[in-house]
Amino acid sequence: MSIDTPVRTPGAASSADAETTVMPPAPRRLPSAIRPGDFSSTDVALLAFSALSSFFLVWVAFYQITSLSGVLGFLVSWFVLFIAMTWISTAQVIERQVATDRVVATLVVSAAVLVVGLVLFIVLWVAYKAVPSIHWTSLFTKDQKNFQPASPNALSTVGISEAIVGTMEQVAVAALIGVPIAITTAVFLNEVKGRGVKLVRTVVTAMSGTPSVVAGVFIYSIFIIDHIMNYSGFAASLALVVILLPSVTRVVEEVLRVVPSGLREASLALGAPEWRTTWSVVLPTARSGVVTAVLLGVARIVGETAPLIFTAFGSQVMNWNVFHGAQGALPIVIYSDVRQANQSFLDLAFQAGFVLMSLVLVLFVLARLFSRVRDKDAKKRGDLPIEDDALARMFLPVPMEKSENLS
Amino acid sequence: MTTTPLRTDDMAPAPAPARDPKGDHLRLAGSAAGEIEAEGVYAWFGSRLVLENVTLTMERSKVTALIGPSGCGKSTFLRILNRMHEVVPGAQLAGTVGLNGVDIYGSGQRAMDTRRHIGMVFQKPNPFPAMTIQENVLAGLKFSRSQAKHRDDLVEEMLTKAGLWNEVKDRLGSLGGALSGGQQQRLCIARSLAVRPSVLLMDEPCSALDPTSTLRIEKTIQDIAGEVTVVIVTHNMQQAQRVSDFCAFFLAEENKPGRVVEAGPTELMFGNPADPRTADYVNGQFG
Repeated sequence: MSIDTPVRTPGAASSADAETTVMPPAPRRLPSAIRPGDFSSTDVALLAFSALSSFFLVWVAFYQITSLSGVLGFLVSWFVLFIAMTWISTAQVIERQVATDRVVATLVVSAAVLVVGLVLFIVLWVAYKAVPSIHWTSLFTKDQKNFQPASPNALSTVGISEAIVGTMEQVAVAALIGVPIAITTAVFLNEVKGRGVKLVRTVVTAMSGTPSVVAGVFIYSIFIIDHIMNYSGFAASLALVVILLPSVTRVVEEVLRVVPSGLREASLALGAPEWRTTWSVVLPTARSGVVTAVLLGVARIVGETAPLIFTAFGSQVMNWNVFHGAQGALPIVIYSDVRQANQSFLDLAFQAGFVLMSLVLVLFVLARLFSRVRDKDAKKRGDLPIEDDALARMFLPVPMEKSENLS
Repeated sequence: MTTTPLRTDDMAPAPAPARDPKGDHLRLAGSAAGEIEAEGVYAWFGSRLVLENVTLTMERSKVTALIGPSGCGKSTFLRILNRMHEVVPGAQLAGTVGLNGVDIYGSGQRAMDTRRHIGMVFQKPNPFPAMTIQENVLAGLKFSRSQAKHRDDLVEEMLTKAGLWNEVKDRLGSLGGALSGGQQQRLCIARSLAVRPSVLLMDEPCSALDPTSTLRIEKTIQDIAGEVTVVIVTHNMQQAQRVSDFCAFFLAEENKPGRVVEAGPTELMFGNPADPRTADYVNGQFG
């Protein structure tokens, strides 16, 4: 908008008292070929008729001409044809550039909608399957010891408290072991910068590609087969550490990398030893980013199933001792119960899935809150030394930004 | 040059040792201003020679300005004076740097000790963002694990010296990053002074600041100059004239390492320079 031709809304202050009441002009509407909010009726009509005609064309092709069937195939064909028709009709009515632009925009928006839709669908589906049959008190207080799946009200006497306790303990122990090692390794990679950094980084990256079932078999073969220890929650924790280590290490390393090097120099120039610089300057500066990395890493291992099968083994009775004896875990409940040909087992499996998802959700919200707290700090002190929030955004759902100022 | 460890009681007698009225935190570093003598200093980054045969004395309790066009090795030389040069990977040097007659690169000298005696203020203000204003001032003491009994007094004294006390006395508990750029730089000066260095190195301390803050910091430099020796790198000729007692003009001719072209009292360097290149530079003919 040009400055010397201000657009005044009707009824705005006259030039005489302009100095006392200067009204900002009403924002101009700028044309946009992409945002649906700015679509003219022609645009809407083009899209609607493309959708309709492609639908009927696919319907005719599927059910009248050939004898194809299948909802998925129908939807995919419809979508492809819809894109093609949108392009052709827009190119005819408006022009080819606009048509291409609109088709690309439609594809991008469709991908986003698909992903969000999938996640919502999974969450809602599990909730839909789980919630109606939940007996809230027994679910969290009882174990599966006296499960009589044939009885009509079987779920009122059993719960998955043994699995909730097991998962919490195993994950907590894994975090207690893994997080200090991961942070120390990240410090080695980014602060010490000694020999072998490249080698260690390569190994850590390769380690993050370890299939989780292999991590389980690894612990199983070196500890349990040789009777060094029996099935226990602790063995499961060790397997989970193998999964946790590389992911937390790499993310913490990234967080440390964005700590401005000027802070390290300032600390060294005050006569601080290197360890002091890391401990008192670098890590506190990166604190919330590190916390976010840890929470996301923990959220990642909460739902791991394969490493638990050979290690915690699963148990239907409560076992508080993480160091001794087979222990239940939420993923194992899902894995074993969902394959039973009995409605009570199925319901319980979905309930375990529901509880597990809620746990992950809580962790994600916590991670989000931590990056928020830091944002507020940054706002208060007027600068943002570290963009570790960008990192959290990679993993976390971000509320839709207000994009009015873009137009 | 001897290579005995730096200790305050080994140092040559100083004109006016700055004594704290309560006398509690003087053990950490030499409370007296120190004299730095650099002799035959060469510096390399990798295999590239960037500084050649620099011999320069920075006199006790005076302000020495290092001037010269960009890339002439002033900052490298400054960082050599408190062993920050070796922090850069691949950096090497030759020659000796003496603080009150003790070679800071002598065997058995630890970089940490040197840096406690020779503080540094950087181009970009860099208060520790996770620390409050008070914690920032005391950071150096915390790092060297020395106990100051009268911490509040020390904080007030240092912030007063840096000319920041009146602006922040009511919010010592807020984070250091909440200050403006000029205030942050003065906080960094207070932080460096709190460990009672003998020398304070300043690497273009005002280049990221507005004129008002620049003047404020120049005043601070003049205030502290009696107690510590100040070495300042600056691109601003007026600033060099305003704050410094001595000047050294660095120049790197094309594809050659930087050298000191001329050094001497500031009035002479600006009023009647011996070398025509110095005259050209201080009069704004190039650089």
